[in-house]
Amino acid sequence: MIASLSLILLCQLVGEVAVRALAVPVPGPVVGLVLLLLLLLARDRFPVLARGPLGDDGVESASRGMLANLSLLFIPAGVGVVQKLDLLAEHGIAILVILAVSVIVTLLATVATFVAASSLLSREEENP
Amino acid sequence: MSDNPFSLWVYLSQSPLLWLTVTLLTYAATDAVSLKTRRHPLANPVLHSLWIIGAFLLLTGTSYTTYFAGAQFVHFLLGPATVALAVPLYENRRRVAAAVLPMLLALAVGSLTAIVSVVLLARAFGLPRDIILSLAPKSVTAGVAMGISESLHADPSLTAVSVILTGIMGAIIVTPLMNFTGVTDFRGRGFAAGIAAHGIGTARAFQVDEVAGVFAGIAMSLNALVTSLLVPLAVTYLLR
Repeated sequence: MIASLSLILLCQLVGEVAVRALAVPVPGPVVGLVLLLLLLLARDRFPVLARGPLGDDGVESASRGMLANLSLLFIPAGVGVVQKLDLLAEHGIAILVILAVSVIVTLLATVATFVAASSLLSREEENP
Repeated sequence: MSDNPFSLWVYLSQSPLLWLTVTLLTYAATDAVSLKTRRHPLANPVLHSLWIIGAFLLLTGTSYTTYFAGAQFVHFLLGPATVALAVPLYENRRRVAAAVLPMLLALAVGSLTAIVSVVLLARAFGLPRDIILSLAPKSVTAGVAMGISESLHADPSLTAVSVILTGIMGAIIVTPLMNFTGVTDFRGRGFAAGIAAHGIGTARAFQVDEVAGVFAGIAMSLNALVTSLLVPLAVTYLLR
């Protein structure tokens, strides 16, 4: 458990350092994600890596536990909204309507593109 | 026990312990309700925790800074949780690798739609320019969105508000909307949730289906990159 958490933190730490050293506009945790993914893929090729947090479902179960409660992690930042409600007072209704319409349009456009592209691709695979 | 119950409150309200406990308890309660209602969209634990904790802070006259001193321990875990997305991504790697092209196309269309729709709508509503700029990056995760907003000399705190509102609205609306359209491909449904509603949409996707969650996580990460490149371009073209 602690070893698994350490491995996750270590990936993030390396990610943050790399992002700052190379001055690339990528969030550090995203680099950490790629690092952990590479470690997991390397474990498939080199079984010797399957020890400590990388063995016996260690890092997997720690990650699943964290992701099962992903909603919790947005609460501290989200509560900040309540303290800034005065910002919304003037144009509040307009902003709410705009954001709601935009989110619906975005969801529909994204899912339509995804479904259309994947069905086109699978049709091509069927009759090459 | 102290001789004055008020001094106990003064002590507790300044300590991280109380606000961390309040955050976890409120989430545990709202999440239990969400589970009881079989993850009904309107029982969203983020939405209900926000107004409960917000009302509690207003009633007790507690500042957000004091609250955050306790809640920051939870907030900190956002970074590790992003790293943890590697695990479901690894476990579903074949499914993900098979869908690279649809994902990239949906990323381009979705990211552009998110930015252009909000800018055009805000202009149609006649909102002032600085508000439009603050709303433009609302579909990416708060940290990245606030950075974009800052680089445009907009108002990062209004950006943070619009990011959270977008996330909650997206998380509530995605399931009924997708059921209405009849799309049953959870890869696409999740990907859309991650593009339109970042982490809060991803959290919702994980509640519904693991594959949806994986695709939402990928969408959220990729969109953070694409949006930081697109927003400055889009506002120069759309707000001339």
